[in-house]
Amino acid sequence: MTDTAQSPAMAVSDEVAIDIRSMNKWYGQFHVLRDINLTVYRGERIVICGPSGSGKSTMIRCINALEEHQEGKITVDGTVLSSDLKNIDKVRSEVGMCFQHFNLFPHLTILENCTLAPIWVRKVPRKEAIETAMHYLEKVKIPDQANKYPGQLSGGQQQRVAIARSLCMRPKIMLFDEPTSALDPEMIKEVLDTMIQLAEEGMTMLCVTHEMGFAQAVANRVIFMDQGQIVEQNEPRAFFNNPQSERTKLFLSQILGH
Amino acid sequence: MAMTPYVRTRMLEQKPPPVTSVGPAGWMRRNLFAGPVNSAMTVVTLGVVALLLSHLLPWVFLSVWNADSLAECRQIIDETWGTEHSGACWAVVRERFLQLVYGFYPWDFLWRPNLTFVLMLVALAPVLFTGLPRRMLVFSVLYPFLGAWLLWGGPVWTPLLALAGFGVAALGWRLGGRVNAILAVALAVLLPLLWWILVMGPLGRGLSALLPLGLEPVESNKFGGFMVSVVIGMSAITLSLPLGILLALGRQTDLFIVRSFSVAFIEFIRGVPLITLLFVASTLLNYFMPPGTNFDLIVRVIIMATLFSAAYIAEVVRGGLAALPKGQYEAADSLGLDYWQAQRLIIMPQALKIAIPGIVSTFIGLFKDTTLVSIIGILDPIGLSNAIRADSAWNGIYWELFAFIGFVFFLFCFSMSRYSMYLERKLNTGHR
Ligand SMILES: Nc1ncnc2c1ncn2[C@@H]1O[C@H](COP(=O)(O)OP(=O)(O)O)[C@@H](O)[C@H]1O
Ligand SMILES: [Mg+2]
Repeated sequence: MTDTAQSPAMAVSDEVAIDIRSMNKWYGQFHVLRDINLTVYRGERIVICGPSGSGKSTMIRCINALEEHQEGKITVDGTVLSSDLKNIDKVRSEVGMCFQHFNLFPHLTILENCTLAPIWVRKVPRKEAIETAMHYLEKVKIPDQANKYPGQLSGGQQQRVAIARSLCMRPKIMLFDEPTSALDPEMIKEVLDTMIQLAEEGMTMLCVTHEMGFAQAVANRVIFMDQGQIVEQNEPRAFFNNPQSERTKLFLSQILGH
Repeated sequence: MAMTPYVRTRMLEQKPPPVTSVGPAGWMRRNLFAGPVNSAMTVVTLGVVALLLSHLLPWVFLSVWNADSLAECRQIIDETWGTEHSGACWAVVRERFLQLVYGFYPWDFLWRPNLTFVLMLVALAPVLFTGLPRRMLVFSVLYPFLGAWLLWGGPVWTPLLALAGFGVAALGWRLGGRVNAILAVALAVLLPLLWWILVMGPLGRGLSALLPLGLEPVESNKFGGFMVSVVIGMSAITLSLPLGILLALGRQTDLFIVRSFSVAFIEFIRGVPLITLLFVASTLLNYFMPPGTNFDLIVRVIIMATLFSAAYIAEVVRGGLAALPKGQYEAADSLGLDYWQAQRLIIMPQALKIAIPGIVSTFIGLFKDTTLVSIIGILDPIGLSNAIRADSAWNGIYWELFAFIGFVFFLFCFSMSRYSMYLERKLNTGHR
């Protein structure tokens, strides 16, 4: 895989961050993920796209064990995900996740949202946790909202807080599940800018998104999923200009067509 | 159709609203006299209220506070306001006031319930108002032992040794934890039980023989009046909230045994009248106790009332849990919080906030239900009112006693209701 690195930090190392081997998952009788094989290297930025219901969310949620997989092996940062709760908690504290609907804690202030997990999970002293939180809130450009409640912020601001909240745990990997789909058009850019900035700093990222501009700007691999399978993966330029499978072509014509 | 091009060059200023929509005049217009039907209803309602008050107020205020019997009351009323007038005889409340409040608690020791009540307010304060220093909670935790000792008396060793049981539990947890988690839980439950059942009695007697410190014991059957309502009500309220939360969580967990037990418990308790449980407490429970154990009746009633309201609290809390979006659990999980951390820091604060009105309703219901204990012979205010009527001096007096008891209960329940509204306002952090 060739890397179109814009900045030196974006270089991909050959260290494996996530390794998924022959993973299968069922919801009752429904075979939702079929034989998924995926290796993500440290520093890689992967965009996952595909029609609704194709299993994109389910796949990335298996990586931090929000969903359980029934067959196959998932290794995250050297830890094998098993039903052992200790391993699951370890992986979760290494992997940050941002959701479509932000899922901020409405009863806590922005600052408390950001300091909660470091204090209780990482056992960081409160003062240090606040400093870290303010650092990341500045980074996502909302330090002045620190003492407000999530309900008082716009959607774009809330999503940036959600990103900062994950970053406060100093994760090695970030997962994004359609972070801009619930946003008004004028707020999408501010969130994407934050994510691009993160990519430029060398964060390993897996993003489920239909923002193809974002994919072209930062991804070094685009994965197309359909019916619970990885149908095609390629580096962005080739993926968009020269898709191989019919389904990919159809999907791309639908989202880029209009 | 031709379109006229138009560009606004000056933005409009904000104008004050019309007088009819603000101020007292606007309020009356909107709420009392909006249209003929509304106006007619207002007039009729005011008429009915005036009629009721014209009968009630003279009865309440043209009344007698000083008399030794109902007959004397009637005589005074006839002499002062004429035979036509019917006024209340509040003298009974005045004469039996101490009894209505303390029951037959020994007069010399009334400072003990009084002190217990004041300390209860101190213990409740940091729980109710989060602005107070958190260190006060230490007292709140110790208070139940102190309060029980003050009320029932006995050697000072009893509450201390009972407290020490929790130390024993911690010790068991530590020791068992060195081997594995299951042993830790088992020891943390078994050791303190053994301590309380087997060790505490003899050890307490030994210590009292060495150093006889203590308060004069007071039997449960001396307890009565509002004191008994508050003791039973407050104990059951504070115990049933944590128990109810655990049951609600139990009903939701994936652990089959825990879930089945929680469901069975909740459904059974909700399906049985409180009176039945109280009769079980007063009679049946003794059959299940080892012979010779004298398990205090009020404590038994507190246990039953706690179980009863815990089942309701569990369902109310479950409603709060169901109202939380799944995303909150996922966000907590994805940050690496474990189950109990997520419950304590994320889920419960929000679920309980949603459940506040239901929880407080359950508490208010429980507090009023304490009057049912009169049926098993505990002299709560209602039980006392029967006892007072049995006295020939006050034979035939109903309304005054019930009105007074109702008024005091109203004060308690209304404060709870106001507090819940205050709490809801305080916890309101904008829409989700
Ligand atoms: N909890 C669940 N139970 C049963 N089916 C589910 C559940 N969650 C998702 N599914 C199904 O799994 C499929 C994949 O879902 P998802 O991963 O959310 O798709 P995507 O994110 O690609 O839109 C869908 O058909 C969806 O209906
Ligand atoms: Mg999805």
